Amino acid sequence: MDILVLVKRVPMVGGKMVLTADGQDVDTRLSGFTVSPHEECAVEEAVQVTERLGGTVTVLTLGPPEAADQLRDMLALGAHRGVLLETDGREWGPIATAAAIAAAIGELGPAAFPLILAGNEAADTGGYQVGIRLAHALGRPCVTGIKRLEVAGDLLRAWRDYGGGQEEFELALPAVVGVKEGINLPRYPSLPGRLRAKRAQIEVRKPAWQADGLRKIALRVPAGSAQRARVLGHGAGAVPELIRVLGDIGVLAPAGRAEADGTVA
Amino acid sequence: MTETPDRASAVIIGAGIVGNSLAYHLARLGWTQLVLLDSGPMPNPGGSTGHASNFIFPIEYSKMMMELTRDSTEQYKELGVFTQSGGIEVARTEARMQELRRRCTQAKSWGIPAELLTPEGVRKLVPYLDDAVILGGAYFPTVGVVDSLRAGTLMRERAQQLDALTVVAGAEVVGIDKAADGRVAGVRTSKGDIATDVVAICCGVWSPRVARMAGARIPLTPIVHQMISVGPIALFDGTEGEIGYPIVRDVDENMYERQHGGDMEVGSYAHRPIIVAPDDIPSIDEAVLSPTEMPFTSDDFDPQLERALELMPDLLGDERAGVRYAINGLISMTPDGHPVLGETPEVPGLWSVAASWIKEGPGIGRAVAEWMSGVTPEVDIHEADVSRFYSHQRTTAHVTARAREAFNKMYGIVHPSEQWQSGRPVRVSPVYQEERDLGAVFHETAGWERPMWYKHNRDLLDRYAGKLMDRGSEWESRWWSPIINAEHLAMRDRAALFDLSAFAILDITGPGALDAVQRLAVAQMQVPVGKVVYTSFLDDAGGFRADLTIMRLGPRHFRVVTGGATGMADLKWISDHLPDDACAVVTDLTSAWTTFGLWGPKAREILRHLTDDDISNAGFPFGTCREIEAEGLTVLASRISYVGELGWELYVPIEQGRRLWEALFSAGLAYGMVPAGIGVYGTTGRLEKGYRAYGADLDASYNLVEAGMARPKVKEQDFVGKAGYLRQRAAPPAAILCTLTVDDHACASGELRYMLGGEPVLSAAGEPLTDAKGRRSYVTSAGSGPSVGKHLLLAYLPPQQAIAGTPLLVEYLGEQYPVTVAVAGSTPLFDPANERIRS
Amino acid sequence: MSGPVLCLVEVDDGEIAGPSQRALAVARSLASGPARADPERADPASAGLPADGGLTAVVFATLGGPADRAAADLAGQGVTELCVVASGELTCYAPVAWARAIEQLIAARSAAAVVAAATDRGAEVLAHLGALTGLPVAANCVAATATSDQNWRLLRHRWAGSLLEDAILAAPVALLTVAADAVAADAVADDGAVPEPASASPDASGQVVAPVSGGAMIPAADMPVTTFAPALQAADLRVRATQSAGQGGGMSLATARVVVGGGRGVGGPDGFAALEELAGLLGGVVGVSRVVTSQGWRPHRQQVGQTGTKISPELYLACGISGAIQHMAGCQSAKHIVAVNTDPDAPIMSRAEYAVIGDLNEVIPALVAAIRAAGGQE
Repeated sequence: MDILVLVKRVPMVGGKMVLTADGQDVDTRLSGFTVSPHEECAVEEAVQVTERLGGTVTVLTLGPPEAADQLRDMLALGAHRGVLLETDGREWGPIATAAAIAAAIGELGPAAFPLILAGNEAADTGGYQVGIRLAHALGRPCVTGIKRLEVAGDLLRAWRDYGGGQEEFELALPAVVGVKEGINLPRYPSLPGRLRAKRAQIEVRKPAWQADGLRKIALRVPAGSAQRARVLGHGAGAVPELIRVLGDIGVLAPAGRAEADGTVA
Repeated sequence: MTETPDRASAVIIGAGIVGNSLAYHLARLGWTQLVLLDSGPMPNPGGSTGHASNFIFPIEYSKMMMELTRDSTEQYKELGVFTQSGGIEVARTEARMQELRRRCTQAKSWGIPAELLTPEGVRKLVPYLDDAVILGGAYFPTVGVVDSLRAGTLMRERAQQLDALTVVAGAEVVGIDKAADGRVAGVRTSKGDIATDVVAICCGVWSPRVARMAGARIPLTPIVHQMISVGPIALFDGTEGEIGYPIVRDVDENMYERQHGGDMEVGSYAHRPIIVAPDDIPSIDEAVLSPTEMPFTSDDFDPQLERALELMPDLLGDERAGVRYAINGLISMTPDGHPVLGETPEVPGLWSVAASWIKEGPGIGRAVAEWMSGVTPEVDIHEADVSRFYSHQRTTAHVTARAREAFNKMYGIVHPSEQWQSGRPVRVSPVYQEERDLGAVFHETAGWERPMWYKHNRDLLDRYAGKLMDRGSEWESRWWSPIINAEHLAMRDRAALFDLSAFAILDITGPGALDAVQRLAVAQMQVPVGKVVYTSFLDDAGGFRADLTIMRLGPRHFRVVTGGATGMADLKWISDHLPDDACAVVTDLTSAWTTFGLWGPKAREILRHLTDDDISNAGFPFGTCREIEAEGLTVLASRISYVGELGWELYVPIEQGRRLWEALFSAGLAYGMVPAGIGVYGTTGRLEKGYRAYGADLDASYNLVEAGMARPKVKEQDFVGKAGYLRQRAAPPAAILCTLTVDDHACASGELRYMLGGEPVLSAAGEPLTDAKGRRSYVTSAGSGPSVGKHLLLAYLPPQQAIAGTPLLVEYLGEQYPVTVAVAGSTPLFDPANERIRS
Repeated sequence: MSGPVLCLVEVDDGEIAGPSQRALAVARSLASGPARADPERADPASAGLPADGGLTAVVFATLGGPADRAAADLAGQGVTELCVVASGELTCYAPVAWARAIEQLIAARSAAAVVAAATDRGAEVLAHLGALTGLPVAANCVAATATSDQNWRLLRHRWAGSLLEDAILAAPVALLTVAADAVAADAVADDGAVPEPASASPDASGQVVAPVSGGAMIPAADMPVTTFAPALQAADLRVRATQSAGQGGGMSLATARVVVGGGRGVGGPDGFAALEELAGLLGGVVGVSRVVTSQGWRPHRQQVGQTGTKISPELYLACGISGAIQHMAGCQSAKHIVAVNTDPDAPIMSRAEYAVIGDLNEVIPALVAAIRAAGGQE
């Protein structure tokens, strides 16, 4: 089966983010770039499916020319083909992104990819929409938040967490699936994989940007917490004090639990 | 959480390998109330120590670095964190094979086990290496790996057990306070302020940023070193401990491969130099991994993958092994590759202990702790002195340009005379243009452009054909020309004019000037005005600290003239030893004066064209100086010589230099005078006269007696190092600096080879020579002696061998060449009675 | 358009789900905010807040319908209409069908805006709604203000709350999701500006929806309950949850009252036994940091964080967790955080309320023993 996986280039960030002076972007002068963990898992899932069933994995991204780096990273993990929808670096909204991807798939052959995998949501925008909007554009069924996947013939079974358990979906292929981290443990790139990725040709297309009603004014960093934890003590010696605190919070005795429930409701 | 003390005897900033080691050694030397700060958590606060590959090769290009590494290795062993693995440098090219031969020769000089291996020999030790890719290797069996974080923790704990140290983690330094007199007064941190008058900056890549808080400069730059870790490697599955196979340095590719448990670490210095400004290093909160583990840029590493796969195809080519860790690790680079150690010249009490690798960390900690305690460090670290830099060398532009240039030479084949290309020219003499017009080939010292030889003298080659000792091999003729030897012969025949503008000129003046120089110099300084004294400065233990001349220009006025390379360090040494009451002051006049040297049998006749003053031998004897009128200028003339000829050093204000040069030049024409370069001044002329050079023949590990420079009497007055000097004189010397001549230059293939220095001296039976203090004999200086028709070597030999006529061997590139001791001691080989100088 | 604001409310065990409470707060502020002129608009006639049509809570009757208690709660939240969507075909969750129903409801009510929690379901349904209607969806909002007809000023999370974005939405109908773990206090400040969310202000204690203050409240008795039967096509029902299976009766990480967290400091897979034991004693579950799952020490479903589960317990006891922001993004709704860590300077220390400095492998067994001892005495 030939599978298409959608990924997005995002900066690799630490515990504290720094913005550019104009507040429009994350300062990436010294950042590395990566794809969201969900997307890395989507690629791994696709590679595993093709390892079982045969076929190829194509990774597609919409982003600046440098996003080819992320495509190569994915090629190093076992994907076979990379497609870059090249932008001028502007931020694209989900409507425009999905439209551009749908158009590209049209050109690549609408029947080419019975299964399209996306990360559940991008790390930076968390929009949760591109896969779904793409599915509508292609007239395909779609399910998101997926943490387990089975492909059998033209049928796809997918599971996601709900409440304390899981809910199951059945979709007829072709379909679009949003994948969540935890579906698998992605592999590391091997050196031969990395070399293949380096030599691979990236297919480049240049879609046109369009506005989609949501406009960023500026980003800001939430005011940090000046709070410091109150130190209850050191080592096992702190346990009596810790017990007292747990009691105050109300998580020790059953009576405390009922009380706490009352205040929540 | 540890309370931050409000007072400390010394605050050590930075808890990497250096800071921990410094804390431990200070505690060991009796310091108490020490504070060790870091902005990060223990035991890995996020500096370069935390991502180091932690392996140690004992072999180095610099003796100082070799000794620091040797001491560090001993300390790691004592801490129980050293694992010997062996290490191999492999060669892919013939040029590299030659270099490995030189490496092995150098190792022998320093008593480091080393062995050349065939490709099969390499494969026997490293079964996963494809021996078809290499021509051979140099095996260093004592290579090992260390746990530097554990070592740091142990050293910190030892200092705490001595009740000498408080460790404060998570304290960001926000300021360094100074007292009214400019000395360090305290450190302000995010966890409270600490009053102290000693601060040691052990902050690695952050050091420039911290130093700037006090108004000092530490010239280093953070630069990226890429490393990946590939695993799991099936072959390493059964390895006990961290490493079971030798570390491989693929030096031609600027890479290394080192087992780390189940993974293979591959490091590279082959990528483009990636400089990161200290201010741009992310904070701990901003960093994805740690502040010095920057995001990996795979584009930069990709070209190296193929090289690594070529060398270890099966092991690294395993599809099941993945790149589990990949970083752009930050390390420190300095303009000259050496660490930056010592009290900063700008701020008394502020010490720099920066730009150290894991392999030197503990040794540097010990040496600087000794230095801070007023004890002369066992390892001579003057080459790493923070005060060695001139102001231009401390600029960001200079530091980064040199770091860029040096980065890809990390494992390069670097010639001993290798010249920098970047950041030149900076300091030029007033006759720079004239010298260019003469075809000067410039070498750089301390930023100065100094003519090494003049291409326009090439017509001398015919004249001296047959006497030039021309060198056939490319290596030995690199950065060299037979014109040097021709200029030398022309000087000996007639006269030569030298540009010595790079001299550092330091005037000591004031009512206390005599006492001050008396205290610094070994020689008697109570001399008449107009006398020139050649003398050494010693350190407190009696080791060499400087080697220079001092002119007495007035009752309260002395002028110290020293080499450009050591000028700044000498200036600090002098300043540090002046009396506190300011009755003597030192002034750096280097940029006020230019100096020319006129030497040769015709020197007097030439100078007479410019002056009516009495410059006869009786009227202006050797060893004196005075002002003369020449060509309408007032010129300070000093009748001494480093090349063994009649003549003068001539000093004029720098803006008048060109007039003097032109007058000398036109006067000299009729006498066949030539311009001559530093090749003659620093090597051929000097070696024929057996003159010792500080840094090469003289360093803190040998003494005046051994160097043959002890004078018949010791002056009555006290001076720095006197007690040590008296002890040295009381005992018979363990070694004597001798001049050797090479008897036969032919190697096995018949080509003539010329040693360049550093080679081991062996007995006639081919055994290394070791003196009573355990020091091996090796060549400290080497060069042509055109007037004596021999290639000359200086070397310290044990007394049994230090006898003229003794036949010995010198090993060079794996072959042995016969040499003979020509002179034991400092008697010149050429003109031993010094008749020329005194004519 | 001057219709109501629709808010998709998820009901969990008869109660309004926590994330839906936050969504309601944002929806309420859109519905009941004071009308005011936009000074930047030249035409005063078109200025002013359009949303005076009340707040309609939309509940899908697929899972047994809302309990009375939820209905009462909704009235207390300022809801002016409870609209129960019910249809014979809607026997289980079907994302497109839900979206289709809301699309029809927008038309039926001339709704000004649709708000949903950014849960798996809420985000999914609104994305489908956006696709069906061609409207933009603003995700992960924490506050919203109408500035003029078809214009909204938004404050929303980026990077799972590590950053905030001020944004403007221009659309005939605003489709918003509300960050599932965000605080949405009274979203409209007096000056009409979108305020800093409470979670970002230094003295914010933590969480919870701000209570509705008197003036804006609609009495419960005024809340009509209506039903809405959407017209669905087969295609709308193509994808639906066919089966829901519990995870072996285990407690949900997302809803647990106590979460005992384990990070790199646990040291390896064997170290979690003590944490499991403690969680059992406290009636809670174990959660882990990303490094733990990527090392393969624990399954991913236990991961707390930006790409794992977002939790909102009474107590989060974080053991050997340094507190990277990606992890903290998953536990910022915890009421109390207690850290056990060897490093007094770990980032978690500025997030936790209390801390024990020490090795968790020493502290946790001692704590377990102490709790057992206390239990024995009772």
